[in-house]
Amino acid sequence: MLRIENLHASVGDTEILKGLSLELNAGEIHAIMGPNGAGKSTLSYALGGRPGYEITAGSANFDGEDLLELDPHERAAAGIFLGFQYPVEIPGVSNLQFLRESLNSQRKSRGEEPLSGAEFIKLAKEKAGLLKMDMDMLKRAVNVGFSGGEKKRNEMVQMGIIDPKLAILDETDSGLDIDALRVVGSGINAIMRKPDKAVLLITHYQRLLDLVKPDFVHVLANGRIVKTGGPELALQLEEDGYEAVAA
Amino acid sequence: MTTTLPLPTKRDEAWRYADLKALEAVWPKLDGPEKIAVAAGESASRQISVLPIIDGVGIVDLDVTIGDGANFALHVLAVAADYGRIQVKVTLGKGAHFELGGAILGSGTQTLEIVTETIHAEPNATSNQVVRSVLAGKATGSFLGKINVARDAQKTDAAQSVKAMLLDRTATANAKPELEIFADDVKCAHGATVGELDKQALFYMAARGLPPEQAQKLMLQAFIADAFVSMDDDTAREAIESKALEALEGLS
Repeated sequence: MLRIENLHASVGDTEILKGLSLELNAGEIHAIMGPNGAGKSTLSYALGGRPGYEITAGSANFDGEDLLELDPHERAAAGIFLGFQYPVEIPGVSNLQFLRESLNSQRKSRGEEPLSGAEFIKLAKEKAGLLKMDMDMLKRAVNVGFSGGEKKRNEMVQMGIIDPKLAILDETDSGLDIDALRVVGSGINAIMRKPDKAVLLITHYQRLLDLVKPDFVHVLANGRIVKTGGPELALQLEEDGYEAVAA
Repeated sequence: MTTTLPLPTKRDEAWRYADLKALEAVWPKLDGPEKIAVAAGESASRQISVLPIIDGVGIVDLDVTIGDGANFALHVLAVAADYGRIQVKVTLGKGAHFELGGAILGSGTQTLEIVTETIHAEPNATSNQVVRSVLAGKATGSFLGKINVARDAQKTDAAQSVKAMLLDRTATANAKPELEIFADDVKCAHGATVGELDKQALFYMAARGLPPEQAQKLMLQAFIADAFVSMDDDTAREAIESKALEALEGLS
């Protein structure tokens, strides 16, 4: 589904990704772990097409399409969902309006019919329920006045509504208390653990991986994948630390 | 009645950002201010979403007297003129309220302005002015808000919130509050900001699938909605908001 080869990415004059290669197939959940500054968030922004993240070499293909040629909104329509480490506040724009317009522009670009207001509300209610989020929060402005945990939960409600093929989740577990983590973990499983979908989980902690079992664990250090293994690699990292494992 | 006053100059504070060249041609054709009197205890409102254009120039000139305990709400759109000016002088009685909501939406080489003079002549009156500008190209949008609080006008509460969004670095926004306060027990809050669209928010919206034009429109719509939240009449609010939306679509 996603094939990244020798990806180099820079922010300003600083090269952050230095030849990263990674392949995800449908039905797989991959975890990327690594020390601060390794390039984890840069990887998610580079794949999302964030302005200022310049790809200087390498390739990224998504379902056979050259991902790097697409604008950010086209990547979304192609089926990629970026879960933000720091979800952005949009004053004055309600969650429901934002998501309905987002979903319908994705549908339009795929040649599908837009959802009506009633169909959309039904869908939103279902996904909010899955993440145990109050519908009133969806009527409020996007992330404005939300706690850190509520913002992350809102990201997952958005993911449920948008129903992507590939979710790249950047530290979705940070800022969550134990109960919220459990809700988010089971949300990820319910929405994304399907034969035709894949997940790239960027995380620092084993705790999320207890809930969302990865098929592969990669260690990202200094802009490259330095080690790949099964779920046991995450446990080993937790035991021994990045330095020992990545060395 | 046609005005016979001399043409203003840049030295007149209230005209310092005006397009005087454009004004000159239509100046002799302008009527004096329209007088509006709101009787004591009454409520009145006015919406202006289209300027009366003569030769590309649209001037609205109001002189409003709000009686004791009365209130007047004015909601305006400064759009679609080479030079557009909405000028309002308001005199408030005891315990009266004046509400202004305005949006200035300009592009090209348009010069658009809202100029208010709010006179708190008596005690316990309140006024609230909210102006939002969205400016593209080489447009200039200005708000000049003078507030005068007389010596006897204790417990006056006058607020101004002025925000401008520049879509291009070549556009200009001016915000000029001017307070003259002679009473000592008053509240006069005023705030002004000039900014650009939040790039992080634009990327966030793109990552959910919104094309840039649509994301920008959604954000600008929310930005100018502040100017119209104070309208009680939903139908009137929707009417002026839809005019504003039309103008917004013409900007980019």
